[in-house]
Formats: sequence, structure tokens, C-alpha cells
Amino acid sequence: MNRYLRYSIPLLVFVLIASFLAWGLKRDYNPRHIPSPLIGKSIPDFELPTVESPDTLVKTSDLQGRVYLLNVWATWCVSCRAEHETLVHLSRSGKVEIVGLNWKDERDKARAWLSQLGDPYTINIFDKKGRTAIDLGVYGAPETFLVDSKGVIHYKHAGPMTMELFNETLLPLIEDLKPRG
Amino acid sequence: MRHLLLTLILLLNLPPGLHAATLAEYTFDEPDKAEDFRDIIEEMRCLVCQNESLAGSNAELAIDLRNEIYEMMKSGQEKQDIINFMVARYGDFVLYSPPLKPTTYPIWFGPLIVFLIGGVVLFRILRRKNVTRETELSAEEEQRLNRLLNQSNDQRDADQ
Repeated sequence: MNRYLRYSIPLLVFVLIASFLAWGLKRDYNPRHIPSPLIGKSIPDFELPTVESPDTLVKTSDLQGRVYLLNVWATWCVSCRAEHETLVHLSRSGKVEIVGLNWKDERDKARAWLSQLGDPYTINIFDKKGRTAIDLGVYGAPETFLVDSKGVIHYKHAGPMTMELFNETLLPLIEDLKPRG
Repeated sequence: MRHLLLTLILLLNLPPGLHAATLAEYTFDEPDKAEDFRDIIEEMRCLVCQNESLAGSNAELAIDLRNEIYEMMKSGQEKQDIINFMVARYGDFVLYSPPLKPTTYPIWFGPLIVFLIGGVVLFRILRRKNVTRETELSAEEEQRLNRLLNQSNDQRDADQ
């Protein structure tokens, strides 16, 4: 083998490893991101009260016929506090409807939170036991699902909602899902 | 030094399921089921603290999931039903041992491929070394070798 070629092997190996590492850094890889197996599936069946009233029951079928974001939140969750302003802003902009799933929380605290910080939710489901959250594969709040008018999940985001994420990723999906005309 | 040794010995003797001692509230009539339950929660990853199993974690979600799995077993569901239930919600990620399918081929076969590449490289290097060692002697060298050998033989004969 050519001597120069042989001496350049360590360099080639180095370049190969370095490019792998650079690729890994650049693609914004988040080890806490767990791909959801629920994308393309329907939201689970549930029948739960709302945050506002223990007597008002919401069923899966009540949510059909609209494209909405299903936002899992709780007052004990710091990141939910961080994203709340964004959610209020989004709901006021009228670009999308937001349904809340209050996860393992207390009703009084949830109500106080909403009256103090604003209420971006059209419906706010109260999942005290967290059983519906298990069916949704929730492992940390906040999580946001994009659901179409037939109840099929199209996207899941774990972590706080940002305007950047909404405008770049969710909005184009929402536009596609909304009935045309 | 003795302390260190003692600590190491004690650590090695820890049974793997020691932390499961806190799981006393989960009781089963059949010992088989109790074992299945322990196996399942040891094999599943806690989604919140990802390096802990469901058995070892005290995260609230882990507690909820343990309860859920316990209820499912109590209602007569099999181990495979429960694994399917968990994978349908949290994906393969929840399993500590990844299933064999195209997306996990690199995990399963990657090390074997690297090992084979290494083997081929090693084999070639070794073979090349052997070739250089076995180069044949020229006629002149052969003569010299014979001469030297005879000389030393003569020497030895003379010594005896």
C-alpha cells in the first residue's frame, strides 16, 4: 500500500468520527424525546368531569368535529407556567382551539391558576387519577397533541409550547387538517 | 483497604431486586403471578427517570403504572397483554430490551458487524506478517546456512 495512503488512515478515521459527532449535534437531538406510538391513532376513550364542575362530564365523542390542540397541564408543573402565556396568546389569536387535560391536580388550584393567568381552554378535562393520561402515553407535563376532527392524533410535543414550534410545525399541519372551502 | 474490600463484598452480595422490598403492598395469591409482576416491572423503564425501572422508581407516574399493572394482573391478564398495553402507549422505549425489527437492527447486529470487520482486518495483518517471515532464501544464502549448520555440527561433535 502507498505509504501516504497508509499514514492518512488515522486522519480519515478522525474525519469520519468527527462528522458523525457533528451530525449528532446539529440535528438537535433530545434524549428525553420519546417518539409517541399514538400518532395516527385515535385519542383514547374517556369520560371525565371538567375542571370547572364535577357534574359536567366530557366524553371522547364530545370532542369530535373539530381540530384542536390537547394540552396536558398541571399547576404543580413549572414548565406549564412557562408555556401558559403562549397558550393564552394562541387561543386569543383564534388560529386553533385548545382543549386542556388537567393532570393529577387539585380543582381549587387549577381554577385559581386559570382565573389568575387567563384561561386558554375551550374545554378543560379534569383527570385527577391520571388514568386517561396513561392511555395517552403522557410521561411529563406539559405535553401537547394535535388532534383532527375525527379524533386522530397527528402530532405530539413533549415540553412547553413555543410560538416558533406553533408557527413552523403545528400551523402547517393544522391548515392541512382543516376542511377546505 | 480491608474496609474497601468489605464494602465491595457487601455490594456484590446485594440481591438485584432489593429495592423491590418497598413493593410489599402488591400481594398475589399465586407465587407465579407475583414473580411475573416483579419481572414485568423490572423489565420496564420508568418514563420520568429514564435510568430506573418501574420497580425501582418512586416517581408518581411509576407508582401509577405499577398500580395499573397490578390491577391488570389481578383481573387475570397475562404478561404479554400487559407488555402490549405499555408498548401501545409509551412505545418500545418503555422496554429495556428492544424488540428485533428493522429500526433496531443496528443495535442488534451493529456489534457483530464491527466485530467481523475487526476480524477481517486482523486476519489480513497477521497473514501479511507470516508472508514476510516465510520469504525463501536465495541459493547463496542457502549455501551459507548449510555451511554454518555443518560448522556448528562439527563443533559439537568435536566437543563430545
